Amino acid sequence: MSSNKKYWKSVEELNDSSIVETLKQNEFVQEIPVDEFLGDKEALEGSSTTRRDFLKYVGFSTAAASLAACEGPVKKSIPYIVQPQEIIPGVANYYATTIADGFDFASVLVKTREGRPIKIENNTMAATNGSANARVNASVLGLYDSLRVQGPKKDGASVSWDDLDAEVIKQLTKAAEAGKDVVLLTQTFASPSTSKLISEFKEKYGNVRHVVYDAVSESAALDAYQAKYGERGLANYDFSKAMTIVSIGADFLGDWQGGGFDSGYAKNRVPDHGKMSRHIQFESNMSLSGANADKRVPLTPSEQKLALAKLHSLIVGGGYAGKQLPAKVDDAVKKAASQLKKAGSNGLVVSGIQDLNAQTVVLEINEALASKAFDSKTPIKTRQGSDKDVATLVSDLKAGKVGVLIMSGVNPVYTLPNTADFAEGLKNTFSVAFSMKADETSTLANYIAAAPHYLESWGDVELKKGHYALTQPTIRPLFSTRQFQESLLKWTGNDVSYLDYIKDAWGTGILSGGSFNQALHDGVFVGTIAVETEDTTDVSSEDTETPASNAASALARSVKGTEGLELTLYSKTGMGDGQQANNPWLQEFPDPITRTSWDNYLTVSKADAEKLELVNENEATGALNGSYANVTVNGNTITVPVIIQPGQAIGSVGLSFGYGRKAGLKEEMMTGVNAYALYSNFNTVQNVSVQKVDGKLHEFACVQLHNTLMGRGDILKETTLEVFNTKDKKYWNAIPTVSLDHEPVEVTSQDVDLWDEFDRSIGHHFNLSIDLNACTGCGACVIACHAENNVPVVGKEEVRRSRDMHWLRIDRYYSSAETFDGDNAKKEEMSGLWGEKGSLGGFGEMEDPAENPQVAFQPVMCQHCNHAPCETVCPVAATSHGRQGQNHMAYNRCVGTRYCANNCPYKVRRFNWFLYAENDEFDYYMNDDLGRMVLNPDVVVRSRGVMEKCSMCIQMTQKTILDAKRDGREIKDGEFKTACSAACSSGAMTFGDINDKGSKVAKLKEDNRMYHLLEHVGTKPNVQYQTKVRNTTEA
Amino acid sequence: MKKSYQRLEVNLTNNMKQVIHRNLSKNILRFGLIILLAFTTSLSAQDGDPAKGKSLFNANCAACHKLDKKMTGPALRNVEQRLADEQGLDRDWIYAWIRNSSAVIKSGDAYANKIYEEYNKAAMTAFPQLSDEDIDNILAYTAQEKTPPPSGGNGNVTVNPVEPIDQGISNEIILGALAILFILLAAGLYLVNKTLRRFAAAQNIELPEATKRKPLWKAFVENQFLMLVVAIFFLLSSAYFVYGYLMQIDINQGYQPVQPIHFSHKIHAGDNGIDCKYCHSSARVSKTSGIPSLNVCMNCHKSIYEYNGETTAEHSKEFYDGEIQKLYAAVGWSDSEQKYTGESKPVKWVRIHNLPDFVYFNHSQHVSVGGQECQTCHGPVEEMEVLYQHAPLTMGWCIDCHRTTNVKVEDNEYYEKIHAELSKKYGVEKLTVAEMGGLECGKCHY
Repeated sequence: MSSNKKYWKSVEELNDSSIVETLKQNEFVQEIPVDEFLGDKEALEGSSTTRRDFLKYVGFSTAAASLAACEGPVKKSIPYIVQPQEIIPGVANYYATTIADGFDFASVLVKTREGRPIKIENNTMAATNGSANARVNASVLGLYDSLRVQGPKKDGASVSWDDLDAEVIKQLTKAAEAGKDVVLLTQTFASPSTSKLISEFKEKYGNVRHVVYDAVSESAALDAYQAKYGERGLANYDFSKAMTIVSIGADFLGDWQGGGFDSGYAKNRVPDHGKMSRHIQFESNMSLSGANADKRVPLTPSEQKLALAKLHSLIVGGGYAGKQLPAKVDDAVKKAASQLKKAGSNGLVVSGIQDLNAQTVVLEINEALASKAFDSKTPIKTRQGSDKDVATLVSDLKAGKVGVLIMSGVNPVYTLPNTADFAEGLKNTFSVAFSMKADETSTLANYIAAAPHYLESWGDVELKKGHYALTQPTIRPLFSTRQFQESLLKWTGNDVSYLDYIKDAWGTGILSGGSFNQALHDGVFVGTIAVETEDTTDVSSEDTETPASNAASALARSVKGTEGLELTLYSKTGMGDGQQANNPWLQEFPDPITRTSWDNYLTVSKADAEKLELVNENEATGALNGSYANVTVNGNTITVPVIIQPGQAIGSVGLSFGYGRKAGLKEEMMTGVNAYALYSNFNTVQNVSVQKVDGKLHEFACVQLHNTLMGRGDILKETTLEVFNTKDKKYWNAIPTVSLDHEPVEVTSQDVDLWDEFDRSIGHHFNLSIDLNACTGCGACVIACHAENNVPVVGKEEVRRSRDMHWLRIDRYYSSAETFDGDNAKKEEMSGLWGEKGSLGGFGEMEDPAENPQVAFQPVMCQHCNHAPCETVCPVAATSHGRQGQNHMAYNRCVGTRYCANNCPYKVRRFNWFLYAENDEFDYYMNDDLGRMVLNPDVVVRSRGVMEKCSMCIQMTQKTILDAKRDGREIKDGEFKTACSAACSSGAMTFGDINDKGSKVAKLKEDNRMYHLLEHVGTKPNVQYQTKVRNTTEA
Repeated sequence: MKKSYQRLEVNLTNNMKQVIHRNLSKNILRFGLIILLAFTTSLSAQDGDPAKGKSLFNANCAACHKLDKKMTGPALRNVEQRLADEQGLDRDWIYAWIRNSSAVIKSGDAYANKIYEEYNKAAMTAFPQLSDEDIDNILAYTAQEKTPPPSGGNGNVTVNPVEPIDQGISNEIILGALAILFILLAAGLYLVNKTLRRFAAAQNIELPEATKRKPLWKAFVENQFLMLVVAIFFLLSSAYFVYGYLMQIDINQGYQPVQPIHFSHKIHAGDNGIDCKYCHSSARVSKTSGIPSLNVCMNCHKSIYEYNGETTAEHSKEFYDGEIQKLYAAVGWSDSEQKYTGESKPVKWVRIHNLPDFVYFNHSQHVSVGGQECQTCHGPVEEMEVLYQHAPLTMGWCIDCHRTTNVKVEDNEYYEKIHAELSKKYGVEKLTVAEMGGLECGKCHY
């Protein structure tokens, strides 16, 4: 039975159910803050205004206000002088472009309205590693950041570009004369034209060094690839060709090696003809990949190295020379090895261990397997940084050997572990920082060269060898900015624009006869011949370390006994390397695993937390508090709040990059702590000692315990591949029954329905199908929904009060592992008693799920019930049902009783407790003119006091219908989209018209795996879920 | 696209001229005579026919030339005479120039090159299709004397639409007569009354004195029931009026703001019959109808620099010409130099039709798909000298129309299936918008 498993959402739910109980009964945990506007009692009593006077004032001001309101404001409309041919007011234009900010690389489509980019979408034409993830989706907001540097600056004062140019050229020649180095410290551009440009710059000024710096380094993997294949790059993996995936510490669904592997991975996760891929994850932090794995083995980072060495010995041979692994892990490695061997070329091994030998071992294993998914011919080019070069640069800077330092796309003062050294070195040199912000580094540099956003820039990117992409501006530069390449052209005395330079570079090499305009239109171009580009990195093969001749044994031997805990640093799905820290969408984006927003934290296993006396507590409101801990690496101590993370390997802790920014962002965004301070030697694994800090607890903005689904089961159906293949649907995906005349009747039957069925067979009837197998929980849909529907950002305090406004949330459920079959009978009894303390405690005793739970993600938005409970309770009929299946919400009619939210079994309705636009209390993007440019003009910005929720993107479906009507044609399957389904690159979300019998979603509705959320309630939703199937077969 | 614009310009100039005809009936008569002559007598080639010439001129030349004003090309009044007098060029040179000016320029002709330089090296379009006779006709037209502008006295409202003046007068007479009759009657009664009283006094008949009764108002106040009824009535009626007042707040029907440029829809859409969607082209494809950008205005106003239509005391020719100058100033067009100066200043029109943000309205749905006339909602725009909001733009108004209007399904494949099935379900021949789902909240509110 699918309901065998008990789902719980947090440790608290297991330990202390009283709070959970309270929350289950109260959707809104706090009273309306009347004190805020009524003032305190003392002030009221001290006032000389009598009650009568007060009423007089109220009466007068009401009359005055209503009189004033009778005069409508005069609105001005200003047309173009000369209307650009391609712009029709009210009609969106799409441009293909590419984001390449050094961390995220993806081909995207940009939706512009009246010349303003308002949304990032996937460029379906370009499936080169990486669709738009949550950060890329959110990147459009960075364009309208009110804290952008609006022009070149010297020591905080504005200067002209001419002055800057003159000064830079003077300094460059001075440095050349003095024999000092000129260093270009840049992000990974992976840009053929920029490489060419830099080599021209080198020619002109001599002693020029180009140092490529990735904030989160993949240097070890790059070195390993370079040593083996002679080219600097990262091996490419096509996960759609892998049926057995073993990952050792690689969060390949996250940002591992540049990310973008999720769509390939998801393809084999959906059972097709009884087959699906098997994914085994060895890791210490609970990552997205681990959460999606069929089998997850928690182990410390040093054990990971041993496990990898062992795996190597089992597959490639050559013996195992390391320490003994714990029996459980050893067994898991052996099983993984046998499954890999069985899979042969369908197997794949990946690893995220930042170690040259480890990465070499991975390459060797994949070669030995002849893995089809392993592609060493077209390496990924989006990481090129070299740790060694950066380290040399810092010491050179300190020694005063560098005359001129030009930085672009990097923020080393924030991202380097030895920031003080770098900052000191900066004083010895003339420095220019190309930056969009007055951030930590650029404020210390002599000049800030205001850089444009990528949506204002030209550029080209070689995403992987032979696969090129173009960046084009989608808006005229908002400020007096000039991009790095344009400046280099100027400083080399080249008069051509960067666009012409790219055209020239492409025309002579890459295009080989292809059309530039076509490539620009598509955004991508796949070269037929490999183009030799200049070696940009200055990392010649002598420079890089070479792996030991027997990498595996070297790897195994390198593991020594460790004291204290092992820390694994990682990048969070929302924040990445921290460039977009001033992006309120990303700050408020709840982490898929911890469901915590506006923070980073130390993840600690339950066992270690008990040992260290670290606690997590929930307030009566459900808000989460956690202890602080001092984390020390080599005498470097930072104080971090703690979250107890189920699945965290005992003996390990985790901490994410990207937080703790201090410059170039609003105060509200200065959240978390800077983990780069612990990133010594660019190694993500560090030995740390952790001490509890006594005193007050940290207040998290965690949505984890909020919006509980009333403890009702059958929310997330799950089964194993074996059961799925062998048993009848009734066994693993039964429709709930009720008793009618003492006969069980399926709830979907009309006989037991409270309402009459409305005939929806004519016209469109929209359904959204969500495949729990394909959903990786990446959260791109959450941000896409934000952007499309003008969902407001409410801030940390409000999220803590569970007033987050996300229309679409991705619930994360931890489950107990597969070890309690024998307790079935007892458990089933208990599942009937869900909600009573005894049973929850009983489960706690019965299992120890916190050690290594299975995880499932479930995106939940308005289910658009055909028999919607919300509609029947609205006293003003503000929410009603459309024939096309959508549950409508007329904001202008809503009076804010919130009955609908109380009556919604899915808890998907969101109430506007405040006015979030043009309100200084909520100083996010909706509070300034610049930020409001991102708003979608087709969707209204809701006001205070109204309820809102997912509309199934009715503005998009209506537009599709209108376009078809205007063209006088029928609508094809695939034309209907919602923001979330369009953003989903893993294919988990399918949207369409079920009255179109040939449509994909109509077929999915008939699928055996299909079920509805809380089906027994009888709401008949228009959102379907596909049962999660796990491939637990150990063969 | 550009070509069609040019065609339209030509048509427009035609229309403008026709307006002049109407005004100057004398001229029409004279032209009529000439036309008559043209049919009866065969004129020699040398003389040409000014009437034919005029239509040829309007069709071919008027886009760039005016008779009395330098435009893209030079003014052409008495061009032949001038060329002969000043440059010594004969009609053959003109033939050659018109048919292929660039060839003449290439041949090194001094005057041709001079003209070419003078007009920004914009070569004149070649007209090889014009015969000698055509050109003669055009020249004959250009050789005509300039007609004096209509004198100030009868410049105002020269053409009176057939106004119901007679009826108005007769109504007034009847009313006046009735009034006089009543006055006479009242006077008569008063006199009779007075006379009777005098008779009574004369004959000593005692008139009964009116006894002092309780005043009516006092009786009224004392009657509690009546007071109650009145109070209820008063409350109800005041509630009615307050409700009425409140309900019309922010309903801006009739809103007629003063615009920065006096743009007359009457002249453009009415007198000249320009299609609404020529200027408001985005209404066809977009949610907004779009306020035309100034370059659209200049499609025509590059050559229409003055107003020659009907005028009123309030809006004289000078007034309208001044408004055109405002346009030139905004778009940065130098009429004397016939080129753009590059100094533009956007026009801040006052928006008349304002829907609240929470309403989604799409013009193309109504105009392109629904085939609605603009006037259905915007009223008789072609009669509006100053545009105003015709419809209340309330939800009730929208809904009323959706309830009664049929969906235009003809030749639209999208509707084929759904209309067939739905009309069968509802048992109607044609579906209204409401039956199609046009009353659902979410169709307009999101």
